[in-house]
Amino acid sequence: MTEEYKKYEYDVIVIGAGGAGLRAAIESARTGAKTAIITKSLLGKAHTVMAEGGCAAALQNADPRDGWKVHFHDTMKGSKWLADWRMAEFHAKEAPDRVRELEQWGAVFDRTPQNTINQRNFGGHTFPRLAHVGDATGLELIRTLQERGIHEGIDIFMEYTVRHLLKEGDRVTGCVAYTRVDGDFHAFSAKSIVLATGGITRCWSVCSGSWEYTGDGHALALWSGAELRDMEFVQFHPTGMVWPPSVRGILVTEGVRGEGGRLTNSEGERFMFNYVPEMFAGDHAETIEESDQWVEEVVSGKLATVRRPPELLTRDVVAKAINSEVKAGRGSPHGGAFLNISHRGEEAILKKLPSMHHQFKELAGVDISKEPMEVGPTAHYVMGGVRVNAETQESNVPGLYACGEVASGLHGANRLGGNSLSDLITFGKRAGEYAAKRAKDLAQPTIDEAQVQSAIEVMLAPLQRTEGENPGKIYDEMRDMMQAKVGIIRTKEEMEEAMEDLKSFDERQATCFPGTSRKYNSGWHQALDLKNMVDISTAATLAALTREESRGGHTRDDFPGEIEEWGKILNIIYMEDGVIKVRQEPVEEMREDLKGAIKEVKAMIAERAAEQEGSEK
Amino acid sequence: MMSLKGKMQDFKILRGEGDEAGLKDFSIELDEGMVVLDCVHRIQHEQQPDMAVRWNCKAGKCGSCSAEINGRPRLMCMTRMSDVVAETPEGKPIEIRPMKAFPHVKDLVTDVSWNYEVAQRIKPINGPEEMNWEFNQMEADRVQQFRECIECFLCVNTCHVLRDHALFDDFAGPRNLVRLAQYEMHPLDIEDRVPEIKKEFGIEYCNITRCCTEVCPAGIQITDDAIIQLKERVVDRYYDPLQRIWRTITRQKVRY
Repeated sequence: MTEEYKKYEYDVIVIGAGGAGLRAAIESARTGAKTAIITKSLLGKAHTVMAEGGCAAALQNADPRDGWKVHFHDTMKGSKWLADWRMAEFHAKEAPDRVRELEQWGAVFDRTPQNTINQRNFGGHTFPRLAHVGDATGLELIRTLQERGIHEGIDIFMEYTVRHLLKEGDRVTGCVAYTRVDGDFHAFSAKSIVLATGGITRCWSVCSGSWEYTGDGHALALWSGAELRDMEFVQFHPTGMVWPPSVRGILVTEGVRGEGGRLTNSEGERFMFNYVPEMFAGDHAETIEESDQWVEEVVSGKLATVRRPPELLTRDVVAKAINSEVKAGRGSPHGGAFLNISHRGEEAILKKLPSMHHQFKELAGVDISKEPMEVGPTAHYVMGGVRVNAETQESNVPGLYACGEVASGLHGANRLGGNSLSDLITFGKRAGEYAAKRAKDLAQPTIDEAQVQSAIEVMLAPLQRTEGENPGKIYDEMRDMMQAKVGIIRTKEEMEEAMEDLKSFDERQATCFPGTSRKYNSGWHQALDLKNMVDISTAATLAALTREESRGGHTRDDFPGEIEEWGKILNIIYMEDGVIKVRQEPVEEMREDLKGAIKEVKAMIAERAAEQEGSEK
Repeated sequence: MMSLKGKMQDFKILRGEGDEAGLKDFSIELDEGMVVLDCVHRIQHEQQPDMAVRWNCKAGKCGSCSAEINGRPRLMCMTRMSDVVAETPEGKPIEIRPMKAFPHVKDLVTDVSWNYEVAQRIKPINGPEEMNWEFNQMEADRVQQFRECIECFLCVNTCHVLRDHALFDDFAGPRNLVRLAQYEMHPLDIEDRVPEIKKEFGIEYCNITRCCTEVCPAGIQITDDAIIQLKERVVDRYYDPLQRIWRTITRQKVRY
């Protein structure tokens, strides 16, 4: 029986309405392309709203010593030198204008005493660099883009979930979606498609992601022949809530540490001083006094003359340090570490970290202006994603673009805090621009009836069963499995088990039963998401099994430490005849002038460290 | 915090759609530290996979999971079970209903698209062409409060003008009045929205009962800081004879 569906024609379709998707759609529509956004949530609810700390851009407002070269250096170094240096260069150069543009679109960032956009310190950033609004910067970003976007003539399809990309030969020609409210079907013809679907962290049970983070775009790309890279690199943010159980994983912004938050273990020790990796030796304060002086200077708006506290090391380092402390028996009562900001006083905390104050008060009954928080690692971000051309954001599938978290390249093995929001607007703009450009010279593709019908068949399958497991149960168990076997510390044995487990989850998802109703059936939506999650978890596990070293967001208990050769190799994930496979490719040698820029910044940082040591003696 | 681990709790949750929608009984075992949304998820994952509920962040930041819990409009993700159990008479079920002011879709989901349609009609910010806008933190403070809105629409759901009188065609609702205030009070915005605020957005319908402010999970002073300020602008423009004379003398042109 053929199922009815509605047809649409667009130049550019953007899937996802977070920061990257909105920015891409705005750019596309501005160039005159007929543009639509398809989003599986309501507008303004995407995961971007949860970003807290800020948006990194070398505006040079808070510290004139900053500049694109320093931002470029910090991003590359934070990525453990695996980032695509072309993307890192575009990002460092273009982010400032993308932020200033947001201000013209209505964003009201916190101000400096000179009446310009203020910037805060964050892990891995040499200078205060993050434009912010208290600790709710993501909300500001998405609302600004949303309020701009609705006046650009973009058609917005809310609560439509794309489940299939249409193809004609190699190229992408459209997509098929179901509506969450009514459960009916829609086929879109599009000359270009931009994936802006965010991440995959719902595959882990302790995560900071919203329900949407089921790897939809990653899976759509993989299924349609696009390559993914860096899928082994999953960022476990060091500070998620750990208590009570129902809030485990909810993010505690790095801004707490940027504002002077101190990490201690059950013995009251500031343990981060013991975990400074060689790569960062000399960049951070070596005594509590130096740390405190840095906080005092920064808080009072002066230029820092000493080095930053070790709490502001990159996220991978801090997450592993907390993990080690807990393992060594020095954890907090509920298996985390203590994070204390109470020394900053109630007034400063309410001004700078209002939503953290609210979150802990409401959900944990803790007043952070008086007592420490308990925090521990939470799956937060996937560095890996669709492999794209740095300039255009196009994947290896013609007409298929990706930007934001679903794309990859900018963050390599580890993302710096604040580099995500700037990633969204920098590469969202690029993706929208080039997707629209491509659409200009193309005829409207025809919608292939057979492809649409077979996609609809797959979508309807769970509803046509008469019995089976509750998809929610499979979902919960699969997330627990990934947490246990492909979590922050990994081994060959556990990951091989995970690969086997994923096969059985794949079988179970294919027979689950969410009931028969099409109308806003949350279980049906979840049943369809399970397939994405199985395939993307498989991709992440396969890449992690392959990389026999520890680097950034990928830590192997059986291969501790970085191995030089692996620093020059990327894992590329692709699908061939329905099977997910991995192959290696060498990292491309950095352009000479960029190598020069790195050298210049390194010399500047070394000089500062030397000055510091001189003044201590 | 009171521990509820192991306690069996009864719920009455609105299930179904159209005329067939009605309160249905559910019972689950509680864990420590749960919020209401956790309970709904537990019912979904253990008993009723097709139960409809809208949610995203589960951290009070996205405003998706608005509902009426024991008759009070709240976010399910930020309402602790320890509080709800304490306020519910012993042995009685906890009642969860969808927001009443909006068209019902199914179970706990309503159609909130009206809010987006109104937003579309509001003129966007209009400021200097050049980048690097300059204004100070005090000026930013006035507007930043309004920008903390998470669009949960609990204020709209609670407003008498809409909930009881259904004047959706004549009144913009508190959420969008907050949006208007955010633009009107932006230090560098030069757009004039006062005639629309009076006419199509119907600010005069608000009779300052402050219900919206009371339910706002973001703590925005909707009535005092947004609506009353906008009302004053309308009064200045339309009803103040001295202002009218002054504008005539100074040949100031404004829209009516």
